[in-house]
Amino acid sequence: MNGRARRWVASLGRWEVLLLAVLIALVVYGTTVSPVFLTGRNFANAISAVIEVAIMSLPMALIIIAGEIDLSVESMVGLSASILGYLYAAGVPIELAIVVVLIVGALGGLLNGFLVTRIGLPSLVVTLGTPALYRGLALVVLESRGISQFPEWFTGFGFGTVPGLPIPWPFVVYLALAFVLAVLLHGTWVGREIYAIGKNQAAARFSGVRVARIKLWLFVLSGTVAALAGVILTARMASARADVGTGLTLVVVTIVLLGGVDIFGGRGTIPGVVLAFLTLAVLGNALRLTNVSSDIQSIVVGLLLIVSVVIPTLARRAKGAYDRAQGGRRLPTGSVGGPGEMASP
Amino acid sequence: MSDAAALAAPTTTSPVSRLLGAAARQRELSLLLVLGLMAILVAIRAPQVLSASNLTDVSVLAAIIAIAAVGEAMVVITRNVDLSVEAVIGLVAFTVAAALSNHLLSTQAAWAFGIGLGLVLGMINGIVVAVFRVPSIVATLGTLSVYRGIDFLLAGGKQVTLTELPPGYTNAARATLVGIPIFVLIAVAIVAVCALVLRQTRFGRSVYAVGSNPEAAEILGIRTALVTFVVFSVSGLLSGEAGVLWGILFGTINATAATGVTLQVVAAVVVGGVNIFGGSGTVVGAALGALFLGFISNALILVRLSQFWLQALYGVVILIAVALDAFLLRRFQRSATARRRR
Repeated sequence: MNGRARRWVASLGRWEVLLLAVLIALVVYGTTVSPVFLTGRNFANAISAVIEVAIMSLPMALIIIAGEIDLSVESMVGLSASILGYLYAAGVPIELAIVVVLIVGALGGLLNGFLVTRIGLPSLVVTLGTPALYRGLALVVLESRGISQFPEWFTGFGFGTVPGLPIPWPFVVYLALAFVLAVLLHGTWVGREIYAIGKNQAAARFSGVRVARIKLWLFVLSGTVAALAGVILTARMASARADVGTGLTLVVVTIVLLGGVDIFGGRGTIPGVVLAFLTLAVLGNALRLTNVSSDIQSIVVGLLLIVSVVIPTLARRAKGAYDRAQGGRRLPTGSVGGPGEMASP
Repeated sequence: MSDAAALAAPTTTSPVSRLLGAAARQRELSLLLVLGLMAILVAIRAPQVLSASNLTDVSVLAAIIAIAAVGEAMVVITRNVDLSVEAVIGLVAFTVAAALSNHLLSTQAAWAFGIGLGLVLGMINGIVVAVFRVPSIVATLGTLSVYRGIDFLLAGGKQVTLTELPPGYTNAARATLVGIPIFVLIAVAIVAVCALVLRQTRFGRSVYAVGSNPEAAEILGIRTALVTFVVFSVSGLLSGEAGVLWGILFGTINATAATGVTLQVVAAVVVGGVNIFGGSGTVVGAALGALFLGFISNALILVRLSQFWLQALYGVVILIAVALDAFLLRRFQRSATARRRR
């Protein structure tokens, strides 16, 4: 094969292209099972159902590319909703309450980042402990109360759409955030450093990358965005309770990994994560339209999570075996950090 | 930075440092001391803590958590984590209760079925992690969702109530032998067997080897994938046993049974001194950790602190235990370096 044809074939094997094919197939399937599938209203519904998760998946993608993970986001959603509800019920104007909540989110992220970068704990362990703390504080703040009767403009932001278009307002927030983070990751030195940290942290540090500082800011970003997701969820549900957001972390991580981000860090793209979100939104919507119970959906999400890690691993192993069969250089066949072409940026 | 600190820190001989070092090495002992101290403090404010009936209540629930924590400890020692324990406990508890209420199984067969189901679920985790090389956190987060989903699918909105179970089946929860609850005896037996296996057998040593340095273990001829598979299977089996006991203790079971238990189990393991980076820790420590946390939550209720604080407290306890471990480890390494320099 000549170079150009080879590259073209290789790009077909890219994770994002595969995702796009799956997405198109799902849309075709959805159109055949239900006449309402391709309506603007249904599009808005499909997007809205997972918008908080989608928003949180963006900073999560950066964190996982940098080789860490943040399992505390779902609890931050609960804490954010609780404080918002508590403050509003206590007579604080909603605008001020939102600002306070975002600051709390940043502080929560700062705590995660501090424990990871300064105390040197693995993020996995930290974010196993801090979710219990955040959820616990949410329960302390709001106990078992539910707060509702938020101002109309606030709830309108939650489930209203841009006038004349079937685009929910939170989706606009999502697109803006996706754009900013895509530029940051794929177009600036910060992005290059995030990849460098994820590929080889020690090498990155010796090349002058301020590893701790970048990771700290990523956790702050993740906490703040999780708090924002809590605000949006409160607006969309028009009520605040301490237990909202339970189980969302799983879906967030699933979207990120399904989007082709390598769980071992160093590899992945924002467009991939956006495609994964759309795929999951359409899949969930199609399942709902065909009256599949939500229990099946939880099983599907769990399986998707595992499969989206297994496939790249198997592909990598197959490639290693292929390269060896070609009599070329001996490549490590182990999955951890092995060379692979599936989702290289 | 560590060099300078090592030179500037001749504190290795200070009594405080020596005490901290000893506490780090003897986590089981220090846990018992703290437990005793807390018991005295709480007993002053709420004497009913030490009543026989309250101690039974605490120890029976702690025994269930301890059984799951023993399996989790073995997984964590190999540098993995099993987040699916609560879903295994919930699924086993429900299916066993449902089978009994429909008279599909005798009570003995139900125990065997529950433990077997746990083993199968654990083996699935083990295959995903050891064969497909999916990081354990992701794999068990996925299976957590799958197992719980199956639980919901089977249960629908239904629940099995105490009255549907065979008469006398749930008596085991209150039964005692020479004054000690049967559940506690079961837990002690499991802890003893697992502690012996980990300490005395070739397999046990290989579990530690895999956790402290997987590559080196592989070079030494230890089949790391097999060891990983086995510890996940054992964790599933013990979670299955915990699930059976859970069903007996609570009697009324629906699809949400044991939600949040993973947090308690992992907390027990970490508080019990099992290093989250793998390679060190004991199952005795994990079991004591379970007892310690069970006692704290019971004491909180008895001194009338809001139940809402409980979860926040678990989070803080995990973070403190883990941060303390990291701190002590660094201190220990530093003093070891300093000693070598001298």
